[in-house]
Formats: sequence, structure tokens, C-alpha cells
Amino acid sequence: MENDAIIKIENLIKRFPVGKTEFTALKNVNISFGTGEFAGLVGPSGSGKTTLLNIIGSLDSPSEGEVIVLGKNVSLLTHKQSAVLRNRHIGFIFQTYNLLPVYSVYENVEFALLLQNMSGSERKKAVMAALEWVGLTEKVKSRPSMLSGGECQRVAIARSMVKRPEIVLADEPTANLDSSNSHNILQTMKNLNRELNTTFIFATHDEKVMKYLNRIISLEDGKVVKDLLMPDSKN
Amino acid sequence: MLAFKLAFKNLMGAGLRTWLNVSVLSFAFVIIVFYNGMIDGWNRQSRIDTRNWEIGDGQYWHPGYDRLDAYTINDAHQVMSDEILSDVKNKNLAPVLIAQATAYPLGRMEGVLLKGIDPEQIILKLPSDKLKPSDDHDYAIIGKRMAESAKLKMGDKLLIRWRDKNGTFDAREIEIASIFKCDVPNVDKGQIYLRLDVLQKMMGMGNEATLLVAGNGFQTRNLKNWDLKNSDFLMSDIDRIIQAKKAGGSIIEGLLLIIALIAIFDTQVLSIFRRQKEIGTYIALGMTRPQVVGIFTVEGAAYSILATLLGAAYGIPLFMLIDKLGISMKAARTTDLPVAEKIFPYYSFNLILITIIIVIISATIVSYMPARKISKMKPTDALKGKLA
Ligand SMILES: Nc1ncnc2c1ncn2[C@@H]1O[C@H](COP(=O)(O)OP(=O)(O)OP(=O)(O)O)[C@@H](O)[C@H]1O
Ligand SMILES: [Mg+2]
Repeated sequence: MENDAIIKIENLIKRFPVGKTEFTALKNVNISFGTGEFAGLVGPSGSGKTTLLNIIGSLDSPSEGEVIVLGKNVSLLTHKQSAVLRNRHIGFIFQTYNLLPVYSVYENVEFALLLQNMSGSERKKAVMAALEWVGLTEKVKSRPSMLSGGECQRVAIARSMVKRPEIVLADEPTANLDSSNSHNILQTMKNLNRELNTTFIFATHDEKVMKYLNRIISLEDGKVVKDLLMPDSKN
Repeated sequence: MLAFKLAFKNLMGAGLRTWLNVSVLSFAFVIIVFYNGMIDGWNRQSRIDTRNWEIGDGQYWHPGYDRLDAYTINDAHQVMSDEILSDVKNKNLAPVLIAQATAYPLGRMEGVLLKGIDPEQIILKLPSDKLKPSDDHDYAIIGKRMAESAKLKMGDKLLIRWRDKNGTFDAREIEIASIFKCDVPNVDKGQIYLRLDVLQKMMGMGNEATLLVAGNGFQTRNLKNWDLKNSDFLMSDIDRIIQAKKAGGSIIEGLLLIIALIAIFDTQVLSIFRRQKEIGTYIALGMTRPQVVGIFTVEGAAYSILATLLGAAYGIPLFMLIDKLGISMKAARTTDLPVAEKIFPYYSFNLILITIIIVIISATIVSYMPARKISKMKPTDALKGKLA
């Protein structure tokens, strides 16, 4: 398992400057993720879940230690290289969906592909396939403001998956959704995880999410306190 | 291209605010084009009028003549050579003899310039053909301004008194044969036109002239004892005043443009503050920060493109209408500059192009300034919506 780790975190420390002092948000974190995991970071508010996801997604950088994502040390990437890493290999899903309000559903999903050199017909095929995964082919022309919360999050999932990334990072994806919508999108993600062998990492408080996870990593005060495999996860 | 597409979508999405900014900017744009077009139109018109009524295609002056100094007139006259006379005959040169005199309209006393012109001349638009030869009448033509200030009508008689070449006073009555309408004050105010031969006789200056006006058939060359004054020299007054008007106008234009740019700047600052999450999302989706700066800059610059389009949408019909009607310049006609009753603005391609470029560049700069802040933003803070 160690050898084909898609993400390898060693002795990660993250400090934030707070006034004149520093606050240590992650204290010597060591974890690895293998391809196709459906894993979750859980823990109380302020325990460092979002911070860890941001570092994996190279939106933020480690203060100390090594974070290797897809064989690349994120500390050593230039801005451009980390942008390419995010554009091609990492999908993000946010609690607040973060759809581009002036774009239609179709265009929101298409966006990441526009940054790549992809032909129009290829792009269209990819976008329609992604919208099919999340069951939104009927709403291609809608604006985000016309959609329900659950639908918005499904668009966000399609947007993160359309480029078929190796890794999807989802920060509290169900926090704004009711129970049936939560189950719906979790099921969708779980299916994609199986079909495309995409690695999903969640940050969550949500019990509903935990039922789907096949690995739960508990953080407390910036440290990993538990790392459990869940053989009897849903589906 | 992605940046342009996104920029326009965002602008359309922003609705009223966009149109407010675009309107203000387009207004500045239209005013700049219109004002400069008017000045250019005026410039062209006054040059054409000045050429047609006063200076022709250049003049030859008696070396002692200075049009700004009345004292030079007494001595500034000389005999025309045969070479010159043959050009006069061929209507390539129009001689003008100038003399000082006093007129007595309605018992008042008024200093005037007597100008003797060849009745056959066709170089200047002056209706010199109205100066018919007559043994018992001395006909004169005057301009509308002169007629108004001296309260003279056609057929009126006017007493004039002058000193001839030898300093002897003489006086006689002349009859107004025609009153011409002309937009060049210089050829009108305080001036009375007589037949050249009549004035020459009055002054005792047979065959003499003060200056020669060249027509377009005249081959420009040096004439012995005459100083060539080209159109540029003769129109330098117009140039100076036009430049001053342009400079004066550019202050207002600049202010208008600045107001429009401040509106854009303000919108941009607010928009970057409010759309941090969107900025974070762009970065999460794999855009580099310079690319995001680009999107926001293009968005601001797009205001100027929309403003150009909007300005064209109402400016072109407006300008076409003005072009039909002309702009009444009655109020401005008190100046000494040639001003037609109506001015027809002239919009050169250069004027419009330069205005568009200035508007686009300045809008891009004021959009870039706040957008630059994005490149210092941490994507994680942007995603949280925290002000960096
Ligand atoms: N930019 C920052 N500057 C200073 N402190 C920060 C910054 N970002 C995060 N922190 C601190 O680091 C700690 C971990 O934050 P993080 O957002 O990772 O928590 P979390 O586990 O995601 O919490 P929640 O469940 O509330 O989302 C918090 O105490 C937070 O205050
Ligand atoms: Mg969090």
C-alpha cells in the first residue's frame, strides 16, 4: 500500500502568524492515501481539517515537513506548476458550492477544461458525461441562482470530476444540505469513486458522511489521534 | 479570450451598476469626440472662409506693411511691375491698396480702412463686381458688421475724409452699392471697399498696391520688393485660438473622463472585495493569480469597449442630426475669429481612434490598479472571503 500512495504526508507542521506570535494549526502530521480511497478527516472545529485539505490541494504551503502529491513535493512547486496540478489532477468541492454565478450549469462545469487545450467536441463530450453522472443533463442552461442547494452541489461535483482528476478534496460538502440531498450526493460521489477509482478526501463533522467513508482520520488540536479503516462502510 | 468571455458575462450579470459605469464613460467619450469635432469643424470652416475672403492662397506684402500696425499703412504702397500686372490681368493676383480714412456716418466720426480692390478680381469672394465704374458716383461695398455698426443700408451715402500721398486732406461722398455677408471679421469690421483705380486716384498712388493676394492659379515664386506670406503665417492667429480652445476644452474633457474612471475604479475595488470567494474558486480551478488579475482587468477594460459601443449607439445618430442642422454660433460671433453662423462638426477618423484608445487605456489602467491586489491574496483567505 505504501508504494502506490497517491498522497504522502510526512512530519507536516503548519503555523500561521497571529499578530506577533504564531499559531500551530497542524502539529507533525503523518498520513498516506492510496489510490481510490474514500477517506474523511473528522474532528472538532479548529482541529485543522481545512488547513490539511488546503495544503494537499496546494492552495497553502507547509511550514515544515513534506507533502508529496502525485509524486510531486508541493513545497517545491512554482505558482504555475501548482495551478496546473489543481487544474488537471485535483478537484475541489466546497461547503458553499462556489459556483460562478454568471455562468450556466454547463459553463460552470466546462470552466476547468477551458484552461486546458481541449478541442470543443471533446470538451462537450466530457461536460455532458459529467452532468450525466450527477443527473443534471436537463439543467444545462440554468444559472446557479435557479438551482436548489443539492443541485448546486451536484454541479460542483460535476465540475470537480469533469477533468477526471486523481484526487477530489471535499470540505464539508453536505453541511448546507438536508439529509436526503446529502445522501444523494454522497451516493453520487461513492459511485464515481468506484467507477473512476478517484481518491476522495473529505473534511466533515457530518455523521451521514462518515457512514460512507472507508477510512476515518480523526484530528484533534492539529494532530492525528485516530486513523481507522471502515470495512463495513455503506456500499 | 476566456478572460473576455468571462468579463462580459460578469458585466452583464452585474446589471445596473455596469450600465451606470458604461453610461458615464460613454458620455465622456461622446463629449470628447463632439467637442473636438466641433472645434475641428470650426477650424476647417474658418480656414476655408479666411482663405476665400481674406488671404487667398497666400499674399505678397509691401516690405513695410504690418497688418497689426496701422501706422505702417501710410508708407506701405508701391508700384506694381509689369510682371505683376500681367498676373493681375490673368486673375492670378488680386492687388489691394489700403489707406486710412475717417468716415462720418450719421454725423459721428469713425476711423476706417479704405481698401481698393480690382473689380474684376475673382480670387476673393468679395462682390467686387458691384463696384461699377461711374463718373459721378463713387461706389463702395461693405460687410454686414460694418453696415450694422455704422447703421448703413444699400444706397446710403457716406462722407469720407482722407489725406492723400502728399498729406493734403480731401473729402467726398460715397454710395454703398452692396452689403456682403461674410464670416471673417477681419475683412468686414471698419472697412470700406472701393475700386482700386478710384482709391489710387484719391490717394495719388497710380498703379500702386499695398499687398497682392495670390489665387490658386498663381505660381508661387519670389516677387522683387514684395514679401511672400504663406497661408500658415497668415492663419497663425486662427491656429493659436483653436489651440487655446482645444486646451480649454480638454480640461472639461479630462474631468469628465476622470469622473468616469473613478466610477470604474470604485466598482473594481468593491467588486474585488465582494468577489474574493470567486477569486479563490478561480485559483482552486487551476488559474494562476496573474490570470485572475487578467480577468478582472479585462472586466474593467470591457467597460470602455461597451462604452464605445453605447456611445456609438446614441452618438452616431446624434452626430448625424447635428451634421444636418449645424450648431448655431450666433453667441460666439462677437469675437474677432471667423465664426460661421452655423458650425458643422468634423469628426476625423484620427480623432475617434485616439479617443477610443485613450478611453480603453485609461479604463484598463484603473481596472488593473485594484486588480493587482489579487496577486497578493492568499487563495485560502480568498476562499474564506477574508479581506487580504
Ligand atoms: N490564515 C490563518 N491565520 C491564522 N490562523 C488560522 C488561519 N487559518 C486557520 N487558522 C487556525 O488554524 C486552526 C485550524 O483551522 P481549520 O480551518 O483548519 O479548522 P477546521 O478543522 O477546518 O475547523 P472547522 O470544522 O470549523 O472548519 C484554527 O484554530 C484556525 O483559527
Ligand atoms: Mg474547516
